[in-house]
Amino acid sequence: MAAVAETTTTVRPARRRPSFGRVAAWTVMVAIVLITLVPFYWILRTALSSNPGLNAQPADPLPVDLTLGGFERALGLQSTEEAVAQGGAGGGLKFWRYLLNSVLVSTLITTCQIFFSAMAAYAFARLRWRGRDTVFALFLAGLMVPTIFTLLPNFVLIKELGLVDNLLGIALPTMFMTPFAVFFLRQFFMNVPKEVEEAALLDGAGKVRVFFRVLLPMASTPVMTLAVLTYITSWNDYFWPLMVSYSDSSRVLTVALAMFRAQTPQSGIDWSGLMAATLIAALPMLVLFGFFARRIVSSISFTGLK
Amino acid sequence: MTIASSSPPSRLPPGAAEGARTRPSTNRAKASEKPGDGRLAAVFLAPAMLGFLVFLLWPTLRGIYLSFTDFNLLTPAEWVGLDNYVRMVNDPIFWNSLWVTVEYVILNIGVQTVAALAIAVLLQRLTQSSVLRGIVLAPYLMSNVVAGIVWLWILDTQLGIGNEIIVGLGFDRIPFLADETWAIPTIAMINVWRHVGYTALLLFAGLMAIPNDMYEAAKVDGASEWRMFWRITMPLLRPVLAVVLIMTVIGSFQVFDTVAVTTDGGPANATNVLQLYIYDSAFGRFQFGYASAMSVALLVVLSAITILQYRLTRAGQTDLG
Repeated sequence: MAAVAETTTTVRPARRRPSFGRVAAWTVMVAIVLITLVPFYWILRTALSSNPGLNAQPADPLPVDLTLGGFERALGLQSTEEAVAQGGAGGGLKFWRYLLNSVLVSTLITTCQIFFSAMAAYAFARLRWRGRDTVFALFLAGLMVPTIFTLLPNFVLIKELGLVDNLLGIALPTMFMTPFAVFFLRQFFMNVPKEVEEAALLDGAGKVRVFFRVLLPMASTPVMTLAVLTYITSWNDYFWPLMVSYSDSSRVLTVALAMFRAQTPQSGIDWSGLMAATLIAALPMLVLFGFFARRIVSSISFTGLK
Repeated sequence: MTIASSSPPSRLPPGAAEGARTRPSTNRAKASEKPGDGRLAAVFLAPAMLGFLVFLLWPTLRGIYLSFTDFNLLTPAEWVGLDNYVRMVNDPIFWNSLWVTVEYVILNIGVQTVAALAIAVLLQRLTQSSVLRGIVLAPYLMSNVVAGIVWLWILDTQLGIGNEIIVGLGFDRIPFLADETWAIPTIAMINVWRHVGYTALLLFAGLMAIPNDMYEAAKVDGASEWRMFWRITMPLLRPVLAVVLIMTVIGSFQVFDTVAVTTDGGPANATNVLQLYIYDSAFGRFQFGYASAMSVALLVVLSAITILQYRLTRAGQTDLG
C-alpha cells in the first residue's frame, strides 16, 4: 500500500520493452488483485469445509472434508441435534425468509426512490417555477446531514406510526428520495438537449408525456446505474434495519447474519456455517454485479462528481 | 396530462436555448416563468418533498429538540435544558469514543486515500482494463457485516489463515481484534479493503477528465512519470480529490456495522466508536435524549470538518480550464 511513490515514478505505458518500472507496477497491481479476491475464495473454501476439518488443517488451501453441511445449517435444513453435532448453534435461522425480506425491501426502496427522485429531478432541471433554486439548495443541504443524525428521530417516528418490525418501516425513510438520487438525475436531465423536449412538445405532447415517453427512456443508463448502486446500498444496510426489525417477519439478511455470528455455540464459532451464510448473503449482489459490471464500472464516473 | 397540455409549448429565444444546452444557468429560470410549470412541478415534486420533509428535515429538527429532553421512548419527553450536554462533557466514555473514532478516521482515510490514488493512477497509466476495474470494485458489493465477518475469520487468532501465514513466516500470532492496540487499526484496514475500490474508481473518473495530450506533451519534454504525477495529475485532480475526501471522511466518521460484528466495542472500550456508543445509549439503555445530544455533537464535528476541508482544499475551484 505504501508503494504509490515507487509505482508512479516507474509506470511508462508508451514503452514496449518491459522495463523495471513496468514490472514493479504490474507486481503491485497483481498484489492488489490478490488482496481483493483471496478473501472471496476463502469464504467458499471455508463454507465447503467441516468444522473439525478446519480445526485440524486451518491452512489447507482446499476445502477440508468437502461437505455442504455449512450451507444446510445456514439454510435451516439440519435438525438441531445434527447442527450441534457439526459445530453449529442449533438455533434455526430462516435464511430463505430473510432473503425474501431483503429482496422485498431493496426492490421497494430502489423502485420508488428512483421513480420519485427522477420526477423531482425533472422538476428541478426542466420546469420553471418560483423558488426552484431555493428548494433545490435545501435538498442539497440534506446531503450534508449525516445518516446517524436522522436515525434516532426517524425510529421514534416509525414507532409512532406503528411500523416497527414491518418491512414498510424499513423502507419508508429512503423510499421517497435521497438528495443524492435527485442531484444525480438532475445532472443528467440538465444535459439533455432542449431541442429533444421541444420537438415532442411541438408535436402536441404534454410535458408529463414528454417526461415519461421521451426523457425517462433517454435516461435509462443513469437510471440503471443509480438503481444498481441504490440496490447495493439498501441490500447492505445494517444499522437502520437493526433498529426497526425485531422478529423473523421483518429481518433482513445483514441483520440475520450478524445474529448468526453472535450465536456462538459452546464448541467455538461455527465458521463453516458462518461462511456459508455469508456467501448466501453476498451472492445476490455478486450475481447482480456480474450482469451489470461493465455498465456500473464505466458509469461510476457519473456519480455526481462532475 | 391535462395540467401539462394546458400550458403552451415553451419557446425560448435561440440564445437561451443554446445556453441551456451547453451550460444550464440557474438565473434564467425567473425570466421565462410559465404558470403551468408551477403546478406540474408541484405534482412532480410531491413525493420527494414528502420524503424530504418527513424523513430528513423534520427528524433533523426533532433530533435537536430531543437532545434537550430526557426522552426515553416510554414516557413523554420532558425539557431538561442543557443537562444532556453537561453530562456529555463530563462523560469519559464519550470522550474515549470520540478519540477512538478520530483515530479510526485518520487511519482509515489516510491509508484508503493513498491506496485509492495508487490504484487509480495504475489504472490510468498502466492499463484501462474494465475487468480490473470490476475486480477492484468487488469488495464494495459486500455489506460491512459480511466484510467484518470474513476478516474476523481470516484474522482469527487460532484458526485464521492470516495468523497461519504469520506463524509460517516465523512470527508470533497477533490477536488482531482482541487486542486493545491492534483492534482499531485492524477495523480501519477491513474498511479500507471494502471501500478502496469505490474510492479508486471515483478518482479514476477524475483522472479520465485530464486531457491525455498533457501527458504526451510532458513526455516529449522528457518528464518522468514521477514528475508528471506531481506536476499534472495532482494539481488537476485536486478538486475531485477534495470532494472524495469530504465524502469519505463523513462516511468514515459513521463507522458502526464493522465494529458491531467484529469487536462490539471491546476490548475494554478500545473500539467503542461514537456511533456504537450512541446506539448503545439509545437502544441499550433507552436514553434517547442523551443519545440525541451526542448525535448533535457528531453533526457539529462533521459540519466543522466539512467546512474546514472545503476551505483548505479549495474544493470549489478547478485548475482545469
